[in-house]
Amino acid sequence: MLRLLIVDDSNIIRRRIERTCSASKFEVVGLASNGLEALSMVSRKDPHVVTMDLTMPKMDGIECVEKIMKRNSAIRILVVSALSDIETGILALEKGARGFLCKPFDDDQLKRALNELVEGLDV
Amino acid sequence: MSEETLKVFIDGVVNYFRHTSDKDVKVGSPYLVENTHPTVFDYTGIIGVSGPYKGTVYFTAPKILLKHLLLSLGEHETSNENILDIVGEVANTISGNARSEFGQEFMISVPVMIEGPPTSIQMPQELRSYVIPIYWKAYSAAVVICLESSSS
Repeated sequence: MLRLLIVDDSNIIRRRIERTCSASKFEVVGLASNGLEALSMVSRKDPHVVTMDLTMPKMDGIECVEKIMKRNSAIRILVVSALSDIETGILALEKGARGFLCKPFDDDQLKRALNELVEGLDV
Repeated sequence: MSEETLKVFIDGVVNYFRHTSDKDVKVGSPYLVENTHPTVFDYTGIIGVSGPYKGTVYFTAPKILLKHLLLSLGEHETSNENILDIVGEVANTISGNARSEFGQEFMISVPVMIEGPPTSIQMPQELRSYVIPIYWKAYSAAVVICLESSSS
């Protein structure tokens, strides 16, 4: 099983991603509502995969992606955000994210994006 | 505010409901209101905007619509906390999606969610807002745009 950390300031979105992933190859090891919580959970839960919102209080997703990559660049991060401009997508990828899924999304789009994200991941 | 600017937000709300529910929204004709008499339903998610535009964008809806929307998303816990969460998430998604047209300079805040009418701080009294009425299933709601050009 791949350990998955879900980061989003919306409880609804966190639970939705959790529900979508729970019947697949992912084990949800943590739910974080901002970047600071996410960093703490990355240290404690050692996830293989992270879904990351961008607009969050305390620490935004771009800063969090950068900090996670400095700690462990093997973690695969899928940004899941409503910010739909190209520049933000490119910035997230430059900071180390491996994929970008724009909100709103449906369950199939999320599953596809996560499957592409973990392709070739050797656990 | 131009018709093209309004269309960005209309497209945003149509796109939101298309992806998250089994029924599309119908959009009514936008109209202007004084901020002294804001259009509000039971719950409102407000996004502060800065950059080339400044002001607010909000999504406001009755409790029953939001409960129904939660169920459509597979969320059976329709507590007050989750209702506030979803009204903020809709506002955040519509505003965030607007960046595909306005670019990354269109800066948005994290959502502020409220039950009841917004305060005069959240809605500048000297400005007017465009109300975009939406109809989903048997319910009415609205996206409200109060933006002015930063250069004006």
